Amino acid sequence: MRKFKKMWAILLSGVMAAGMLSACASDTGSSQGEQTEAPAETPAAGEEAGESKTAGGSGKVYYLNFKPEQGQQWVDLAAAYTEETGVSVVVETAASGTYESTLKSEMAKTDAPTLFQVNGPIGLANWQDYCYDLKDSEIYKNLKSDEFALLGDAGQVYGIAYVIETYGIIYNKALLEDYCAMDGAVVKSSEEINNFATLKAVADDIQAKKDDLGVLGAFASTGMDSSSDWRFKTHLANLPLYYEYQADGIDSTDAVKGTYLDQYKQIFDLYITDSTCEPGLLSSKTGDDAAAEFATGEAVFYQNGTWAYNDITGYDVADEDIGMLPIYIGAEGEENQGLCTGSENYWCINNKASEEDIQATLDFLNWVITSDTGKQAMTDMGFVTPFSSIGDEYLPENPLLLAANEYIAAGKTPVAWCFSTMPSEEWKNGVGSALLEYAQGTGNWDAVVTAFVDGWAAEVAATK
Amino acid sequence: MDKAIKRYFPLFALPTLIAFTIGFIAPFILGVYLSFCEFTTVVDAKFVGIKNYFRIWGDTTFIHALWYTALFTIATVIIINLLAFAVALLLTKGIPGRNIFRTTFFMPNLIGGIVLGYIWQLILNGLLLPLSRTLTYNSAYGFWGLVILMCWQQIGYMMIIYIAGLQNVPGELIEAAKIDGATRWQTLKSVTIPMVMPSITICTFLTLTNSFKLFDQNVALTAGEPSKMSELLALNIYNTFYGRTGWEGVGQAKAVIFFILVALIAMVQMRLTRDKEVQQ
Repeated sequence: MRKFKKMWAILLSGVMAAGMLSACASDTGSSQGEQTEAPAETPAAGEEAGESKTAGGSGKVYYLNFKPEQGQQWVDLAAAYTEETGVSVVVETAASGTYESTLKSEMAKTDAPTLFQVNGPIGLANWQDYCYDLKDSEIYKNLKSDEFALLGDAGQVYGIAYVIETYGIIYNKALLEDYCAMDGAVVKSSEEINNFATLKAVADDIQAKKDDLGVLGAFASTGMDSSSDWRFKTHLANLPLYYEYQADGIDSTDAVKGTYLDQYKQIFDLYITDSTCEPGLLSSKTGDDAAAEFATGEAVFYQNGTWAYNDITGYDVADEDIGMLPIYIGAEGEENQGLCTGSENYWCINNKASEEDIQATLDFLNWVITSDTGKQAMTDMGFVTPFSSIGDEYLPENPLLLAANEYIAAGKTPVAWCFSTMPSEEWKNGVGSALLEYAQGTGNWDAVVTAFVDGWAAEVAATK
Repeated sequence: MDKAIKRYFPLFALPTLIAFTIGFIAPFILGVYLSFCEFTTVVDAKFVGIKNYFRIWGDTTFIHALWYTALFTIATVIIINLLAFAVALLLTKGIPGRNIFRTTFFMPNLIGGIVLGYIWQLILNGLLLPLSRTLTYNSAYGFWGLVILMCWQQIGYMMIIYIAGLQNVPGELIEAAKIDGATRWQTLKSVTIPMVMPSITICTFLTLTNSFKLFDQNVALTAGEPSKMSELLALNIYNTFYGRTGWEGVGQAKAVIFFILVALIAMVQMRLTRDKEVQQ
């Protein structure tokens, strides 16, 4: 009997331990997915390591992707690469607005991303210790210009931009033509809009005649929901920053002066006044709402960039009716201003990864920008890339890109993406909150100025 | 038999003990250690001493979040417990359909916080629409929005605990009180409430800690807007840790202080309500 009891006890504890271990095992399997909203593990990732030893060496690639719009396409591309070379490539995409936090927790894992992204010099400052020097890499050799690389003090290449994007005021050509054909229209064609005064006159007039035009407002709602306010606290704020840098002949600063904040106020006032939505309700509006308003023809203007094409195509506005205007804020000489073109997507390779994994990642990136499959995939994702290996025949079909090219062909000066020098996310959030309070009438513009100027100095000091 | 239990105790306790160590003790110790460090990722931390704890006080948002959370906790603990107790009393009076009511009231608790937050954001913003305002108009809107949300979610849960407590009050005691000529109010005050004191202890403990640690609902409902004025402590810590480069250690230090605070308050509360419990 005693013996039986003993056996029973051993058996039971065995079952318990097994149950626990299997619970642990299944836990680790799913925990990667938990980090992201749309976990996008490649089917190839789970396959046995034995297979990956065929052609591409023993390394593996783990890419933490920043752009949710292209998440699935990256997964497909990774699968194609695995099929071709046998090297395992895992692609995970962070949910919108959570890249930094996802990266922070992923980098602490044993299987950390081998390939990740930073958003410019400020992002690099945080991750520089983790960046592999890409000086001798194929992707750097294929880069058209150093302008698209993040360089270290001693000439190290820490990050390489892989997509060039452009933003401005997207507008509905058909609606604007309808307006121009109306009696008493301020302008006769969209080409006459080349400064803030004209833009304001047109927008005010459209707002006044919105019922005749069949729209809800001139501008799509200036959504200040915290997931979407980057359009204004970052992208729109780039304009006053750009002009200040131009005036002072600098390309970054520790203490911003706010020379062009009056102009910033002008354009923001225009956005929230001539709008589809009352200013008090802006905090509940998202970027998706604005995209929907534009795509269904309820608004004429909509500030966003080339990446928004997929959100607005295929509804009521035909592709040939989508155009883009520069964001005029009322600075002198803005008649020659073009669209805002730049990049905030830089590839970095994790230097803490093993030798093999680094090599595998370099090989993968090289394949992406040189193989036909890779080049085609970049095109399908709608990317204009700075790589010489990807020729003009791979330019994606996107009317917004055409508009961008037209401005460059017309000799207009593109506006640089100075927002990558903004001191921190905290600064952007401060400006965003101040803008929101100003818009809904609970705060005044001085608070925006304080957040912009004093906040800049404070954040520079805090992150030093 | 006792001997056998003693002998096999380590064997049976070991799996749980390992799980507890991996899941709770190790992260906790690591967390406390990290609050004394500067780091980007948790695996390569550099020890800097108590610097982080000093930096907390330079951050005005933390102090604001602390008061905001304290007020929020006081409001929700009182409202939730009063209403839950009242509903529980009603639903133990034998009114028809009480089981349906119990189930329905309990159901909100089954929905996750994030989803609830977004649903209530839609509802409340819809109600504020005639005023051309939203929940983020000022911090008071966010405050009461959160209180309403928490009440809606938690009253049902606390109600179930109170019902269980009320059903355990011996009928003889109530009957005896009635025979002695006690009014309804006297019966409630002197018989029922002392008898359900254990339930009150549990419910105040749960509501207190839940409110203090509230995170998901806060993120979904207001995300701290406007200008971090509706930011509760947990969200403040999260934003410090993830939102600010170079402030990871400070966020961690805040988390340690947060832990000490919650533990202290919960212990004091337990002591206070336990004292009032009676033995049957």
